[in-house]
Amino acid sequence: MSKTSAYNFDTLSLHAGQAPDTQYGARAAPIYLTTSFVFKDADQAAALFNMERAGHVYSRISNPTNAVLEERIAALEGGVGAIAAASGQAALHLAIATLMGAGAHIVASRSLYGGSHNLLEYTLPRFGIETSFVDPRDLGAWRAAIRPNTRLLFGETLGNPGLDVLDVPRVAEIAHAAGLPLMVDSTFTTPYLMRPFDLGADLLFHSATKFLGGHGVAIGGLLVDSGKFDWEKTGGKFPTLTEPYSGFHGMDFAEESTVAAFLLRARREGLRDFGACMSPMTAFQLLQGMETLPLRMQRHVDNTRKVIAHLASHAAVESVSYPELESHPDHALAKQLLPKGCGSVFSFVLKGGRAAGRKFIETLRVFSHLANVGDAKSLVIHPASTTHFRMSDAALRASGIHEGTVRLSIGLEDPQDLIADLEAGLRASQKA
Amino acid sequence: MEFTVNNARAYAYTGGKPFNPELPCVVFIHGAENDHSVWGLQSRWFAHHGFSVLAVDLPGHGRSDGPLLPSVEAQAGWIVALLDAAGVKQAALVGHSMGSLISLEAASRFPERISKIVLVGTAVPMPVSEALLTAAREVRPKAEGMVNVWSHGPRGALGGNTVPGMWMMGASMRLMERAAPEVLFNDLNACNAYQRGMEAAAQAQCPALLVVGSRDMMTSPRGAPKLAAALQDARIASIEGSGHALMAEYPDAVLDALRSFIAS
Repeated sequence: MSKTSAYNFDTLSLHAGQAPDTQYGARAAPIYLTTSFVFKDADQAAALFNMERAGHVYSRISNPTNAVLEERIAALEGGVGAIAAASGQAALHLAIATLMGAGAHIVASRSLYGGSHNLLEYTLPRFGIETSFVDPRDLGAWRAAIRPNTRLLFGETLGNPGLDVLDVPRVAEIAHAAGLPLMVDSTFTTPYLMRPFDLGADLLFHSATKFLGGHGVAIGGLLVDSGKFDWEKTGGKFPTLTEPYSGFHGMDFAEESTVAAFLLRARREGLRDFGACMSPMTAFQLLQGMETLPLRMQRHVDNTRKVIAHLASHAAVESVSYPELESHPDHALAKQLLPKGCGSVFSFVLKGGRAAGRKFIETLRVFSHLANVGDAKSLVIHPASTTHFRMSDAALRASGIHEGTVRLSIGLEDPQDLIADLEAGLRASQKA
Repeated sequence: MEFTVNNARAYAYTGGKPFNPELPCVVFIHGAENDHSVWGLQSRWFAHHGFSVLAVDLPGHGRSDGPLLPSVEAQAGWIVALLDAAGVKQAALVGHSMGSLISLEAASRFPERISKIVLVGTAVPMPVSEALLTAAREVRPKAEGMVNVWSHGPRGALGGNTVPGMWMMGASMRLMERAAPEVLFNDLNACNAYQRGMEAAAQAQCPALLVVGSRDMMTSPRGAPKLAAALQDARIASIEGSGHALMAEYPDAVLDALRSFIAS
């Protein structure tokens, strides 16, 4: 029995957020593919707009199908609630735009998904928000990078692409000592492998496109609030949450909701004004994936361990980076924070550089060459020429990426078939 | 809005409208280790429909300074002292769980100040098991987990929150965790120790409404008829399927019950 639920993880994966439909008895979550919802009467309409009654008005702000998905991820993460967004990138932007404005500063791990790096490094400075990037393993660097105008610390639970394990408890400690929240991108771990709120993180988001959805059919993001961070005890660092907002009835969100001020503002302002909402159809598709999350994640991890055992001692492989290997710099931390496994996305360096990498990828038949991870099907990509191509050589090296680095996302196929496919690719690569 | 009550800072949420003591006043009183925010939807409705609202943080809870008051009797006295500080001659009291006992006690001792009482998720007496009291004193997270699980009916346990995207058991847990360590035991002990509930019910002269959840495991609805019979003018509104966290589990049904009793 966990503190935030009467039920265990696997049960919540199937049920959280949804009771059988009361009108027709539908067991699956119905898809409410409607832009808007009819008011019962004028009083109810006014009450909904003024937050005297709860419910749905317009699907950009909230939708019953999306609400099931939001509750489900909040239950699985042990949070107070969540917001479904158009993508993981939309969720990240929504979090930042809710917390801060021009003049603010973020301290972020330098081992980030390329899209997150782009947003922080190139796009947000145009809107007056700057980011300092730090080595996620260097706790002193996190501490030293904090400025008076810093409003957020941010990293990935498993950094992209070298799988740096974020020391969530200690980075959270640094954040909290400075009166700041820690947000993590939990895409690679999902709540099945790590529940960051239990370790001290305050906010998290997922690219639900990946393991949560799990089938590569829908783009979506989920932003989850732990409800733990006390925005009022920061000396006025977060006026968007602790001062009256003239854009919504003069509401002071922290006064209105002791534990969900962040989500309230993010929905009432962020979804309303920025509008990066999720389609109910997407929410339904992601819910189908989440029902089998525990089963799939375990299979992802089991397959990954078998593939890594094959690659780690292979003559064509220079190195394999996976935190469960003793050679990985975060091996001890991974044992502590990720006892169930370190996910199914990892990189290895092929001998022979760029030419060998190209031959390897072109030889594969079961693995698909594309820019995604966390699919039920196994995937492969060459980061230096695709996901991270905008990064300078120096930034690439700092993120642990070489010319011959290949990233694999291990799917749910028979592991013997995966190993055979990789073996064919490895053999061909060495003849390139 | 802040007041000074018994020389200490006292906070009450006014429902998103400036407080006007000239309007009919409704005071919302939270339960153990909670604060004003459990009444968010209901208190906003009253504040925007011709009432003045004081959704209080009891002493030592939420934004109100301490010290904690160790008994229901003392907390009832504090509520009336708050009415004095706010310039309110008479008010309707709406209390949840421990707050329902405070409302009942205030109605019995200060009949001229209390016009109506609504007892939400109530039981008289309100015994607390020795196991829970011990846990609250010695292993607070365990006690909070017990309270959280026992406080929610099916809608809370598996979801289907009326408020889009909110996981009510997570929110309930976090709200309890915000309180100072000694608050939960203080409050549960106050509920357990309050023995004059039926006597207070007999003394109370104002109309009363009992709002009970049919699946309430903390304050069983089975005792409601006996309590209603002890009161001079009482009715019962039962919310089918709700556990003890009625305002979160069935916010509209609670509001409808309050409206028909207070605003009609």
